[in-house]
Parts: sequence; C-alpha cells; structure tokens
Amino acid sequence: MAEQERKQAQKEDVEVDDVVEAPAEQGEEITERIDDLLDEIDSVLEENAEEFVKNYVQKGGE
Amino acid sequence: MRSVTLPKVLGTETEYGITIRNQADFNPVLASSTVINSYAGGRARIQWSFDEESPGRDARGFGFEDSIPSDFETGLVNVVLTNGARLYVDHAHPEYSTPECAEPLSLALYDKAGELVMARATRAAQRFLGEGERMLVHKNNSDGKGNSYGAHENFLIARDIPFGDVVRHFTGFLVSRQIYTGSGKVGSENGRPGVEFQITQRADFFEEEVGLETTLKRPIINTRDEPHADSTKYRRLHVIIGDATRSEVQTFLKVGSAALILDALEAGALPEPLLLTDPVQAVWQISHDPSLGATFELADGRTITALEAQWQYLEWAAKYQREADLPASYGQVVQVWEEILTDLEQDPLSTADRLDWTAKQRLLLGYRDRDGLDWDDPKLRLLDLQFHDVDPDRGLYDRLVNSGRMQRLFTDDEVASAAISPPEETRAYFRGTCVERFGDAIVAANWDSMVFDTGEDALKRVPMMEPLRGGKDRVGDLFAAVETPAELLRALGGD
Repeated sequence: MAEQERKQAQKEDVEVDDVVEAPAEQGEEITERIDDLLDEIDSVLEENAEEFVKNYVQKGGE
Repeated sequence: MRSVTLPKVLGTETEYGITIRNQADFNPVLASSTVINSYAGGRARIQWSFDEESPGRDARGFGFEDSIPSDFETGLVNVVLTNGARLYVDHAHPEYSTPECAEPLSLALYDKAGELVMARATRAAQRFLGEGERMLVHKNNSDGKGNSYGAHENFLIARDIPFGDVVRHFTGFLVSRQIYTGSGKVGSENGRPGVEFQITQRADFFEEEVGLETTLKRPIINTRDEPHADSTKYRRLHVIIGDATRSEVQTFLKVGSAALILDALEAGALPEPLLLTDPVQAVWQISHDPSLGATFELADGRTITALEAQWQYLEWAAKYQREADLPASYGQVVQVWEEILTDLEQDPLSTADRLDWTAKQRLLLGYRDRDGLDWDDPKLRLLDLQFHDVDPDRGLYDRLVNSGRMQRLFTDDEVASAAISPPEETRAYFRGTCVERFGDAIVAANWDSMVFDTGEDALKRVPMMEPLRGGKDRVGDLFAAVETPAELLRALGGD
C-alpha cells in the first residue's frame, strides 16, 4: 500500500527545476573531495577551539 | 471531509546564538541590541507596538554614545523590515520573524533571507567593537551546556478544530519528523543519557507532552494562543519542537510537511492518529540514534521506527495533496519528502547534500578520521558550532554550499531580493510596502495592525486581521495610485 502511494506521489506534477542537483560521487573521489574540504575548513576554523567552546554560553530566550 | 480548508498562512521565528570573540565582559543583551540596531540604522526604523518587554533599555550606557545617533538608546530594538519581517532582541538573542507566507516555498525563502539579514547585521555591528573583538552570530539552538533557544514555526489553523485532535494527530508527526528536521549536535544535555552525536539540537530539552511553556519544561505541543488575526476564526499553532535549519531543502520540507499534515487534519483526511505510549521519551531516543534504528511503542501495541511513522504520514499527506486544491509547492513537498525518506532508509549520510544533521555528521566523521579525534574533542564541538555561523566566509554550512556540496532551492539574487521585498500574497506585502514607501509616517506596527501619523488630525490605525488580505492583488493598484501616506489612508477609507 505504502509502495503504491509512493509511486503515485512521484507522478505528481511538481516543480523540480528549482532544485540544483549536486554532482553524484562515489568511493575514492568522495574521500578525496572531503579531504580537500577539510583543508579548506581548517583555514577558517576559529582558533583555540577549547577556549571558544568554553566561552560559548547562551542564556535566556524563547 | 471538509471541501475547503483554511489556507495555511506560515511563518518562522528564529532566535540566533550570539557571542563576541575576545571580549571579556561580553553581554548578550547589549550585543544583540547592537546587531539589530546596526542593521536598522540605515533603514526605516519603526517601533513594534504592544511590546511588554523593553530589552533595548538595557543598551543604555553601552559605551559608544559618541559614535551613534541619539535614538540608538531609546529602545528601538524592535524593527519592521521592508520585507515585512520583524527583527528584534528577544531576551538575550537577536531574533528574526519571517513575514507571513502563503506556502512553504515562500517561507523557506524568507527564512533563508533572515540569515542574510543577520549576516549583514553582524558585519555592520563590527564597527562598534574594540580592536581584536569579533561579533559572531549562529543560527543554532543550543550552546551545548544546557541552554537552548528557539526556532518556532507558526501555522494558521481553523479555530473550530478541537485542540485535542491537534494533539492526538500531530504529536506522533512532530516526534518522528526529527529524522529530517534536525541540524545535528555533538553530545547530549539537560540530564539526558550520554551520546556521541545526535540528530537534533532541541530534543534533549523537551519534557512535557502539552503545555504553555517555551523556556522550561518545554512541551511537544505548545498551547500558546495568540493568532495575531481574527481569533474567532483562527488559531496560530506555535510549534516549538524543531531545529533552526540552514539547508533550504530541509527548511522547505520541515515547514511544508507540517503544513500539509495540518491541512489534512483540518480536512479530516488523517484516518487515525499514531498514539505513542511515551512521546517525551521517544523524542530524545529518536534524536540519539543517527542510525535511525530507534523504535517507540504505540498505544495499539505496535513498535515502530520514526521512518516507519513518517512513511505512514507521507502516505496520508500524498493522498490528501492529490485530492485537495493546494498551492503547487505542496506537490514538491511530497516529492522531496519521499526522496528524503527513501535516502534516509538506505543510508542516512546519502542525505548530506540536503539535511543539516547529516551534512554536519559527515564533516565530523571526516575530521575524526583524518585527525583521530575523540567525540569529546573541543575541535569537534567547535565544528558543531561553526557549522551555524551566519558569516558566509566562516560558516561551515556556507562552505559546503559554496563548494557545491549542498543542494539549493534559491539563487543568491532571490535571497537578496527577499531580504528587501515582501511576499506578495499576504498582508506582509502591505506592511513591507508601507515601511518602504512611507516609513517616516509609521508610528507603530504589529502583525495585525499599523499606526500612521500623516501630520493631519489624530493618529490613524489600520487593522489587518485577515492575514491573506493586503497582498499585491488587493492593494498593488492602490499603492501605485497614491503618493503620500495621507492619500493611502484616504484611499483605504481609513480611520
């Protein structure tokens, strides 16, 4: 039943053009690209992680 | 089944985390005031009316009187933007409430525009800081130390739907939707069992099934009843159990699926409620299991997973969506919903291009692998926080987007435009256009009214009790035909 519903749902007229697909990747390529990403993130990460995390206190709200 | 349900007018309110690096006596109220005023400084600054709190008064004596206009200190930390949104200080956080939106794609856009507003405000506030100090604003919901702040979703529903029906049908939905509404968190808080990484920021903080509170003993179903509209017809369902999300696809799915379920509920199209024997426990147990294997018990004796529950809700919602006359984006909600559940079922990390929590998890796992870090390493906690930084250069979510790793629904231009221009389908169009065109004449504004001083006679109040009136279709020609606020009010037949 659920399967049937899913198939029908897929046929619905929807605007998917707005969704920009990220390129699909596999295996080693993913690892490589994640390493690249981590290198890039290293360059913007806040310095002194321990102190930053310790001082990050949020009081009040909602 | 009702043939016609009330249109689901939608909005979100998001409290942002705030801190100043290298400032020993950091005060979050003052910092929040600085952020809001810095943004509002060059724009129309209109007082929000009927506000009991005046957190801005605390801004007196902040120490930069010399460099700022004198009205900076007078409590103007509650402003209406030209896009119809509200930007203000809520307790100790800067907060952005979207304008009212008529469907979920629009809401996802205006929620995203709020991030741009905050990013701009944060940069503008920087000039008030001392050397070496840096303002940081995060779209997150927890400091990792037991303090949580909200991301609330609002749905206009019919007053005559018995609230007990909302509780019975919606609780199981809210509990199980966490698998695609979470933005991820390292560790646990608030006395919950220890965990390395969990799906949501907020789950640890929910302790009741139903209640009025939002700051302690938080309930899954919140009973706050302020419709900001005709209260004889409407109820504004104030959903407090959700994470602030940065992924556009995720925000769209989060608000769209909830709106669709509520509309189906209103139409009588939900055949039977999934009643949980212990929903409060299920909230954190689901969040604490990123493998999605956690099960919970139903009152009928069945034991199911959050995924199974969501497939059931999707089946009902998809059937309803096919039969009902709803805005087109609800078809897209159904499709995204199905894709996300399918992918979560196969491999949760395969959704890392669409969901914050899996995107964050992938980053954390990458760092653990590369650097051999334990889960309690401060660097992982830092990554967790910095994921949410709204600064486009520093925020890790933005780094993922900029390197093509996250799907988007909107272009940068669309987001920039939404930060300035209101949605055209709701009264936010009237509010935002008035702020843009006649800001100097507006004495006060609120969700459901505006007060004008046109220089003639007494102040004039324009009530706006119908959220779907005041859109471009109704007042667009009017705005085109008038040149002054006095003409506008005369044309409205106003008193």
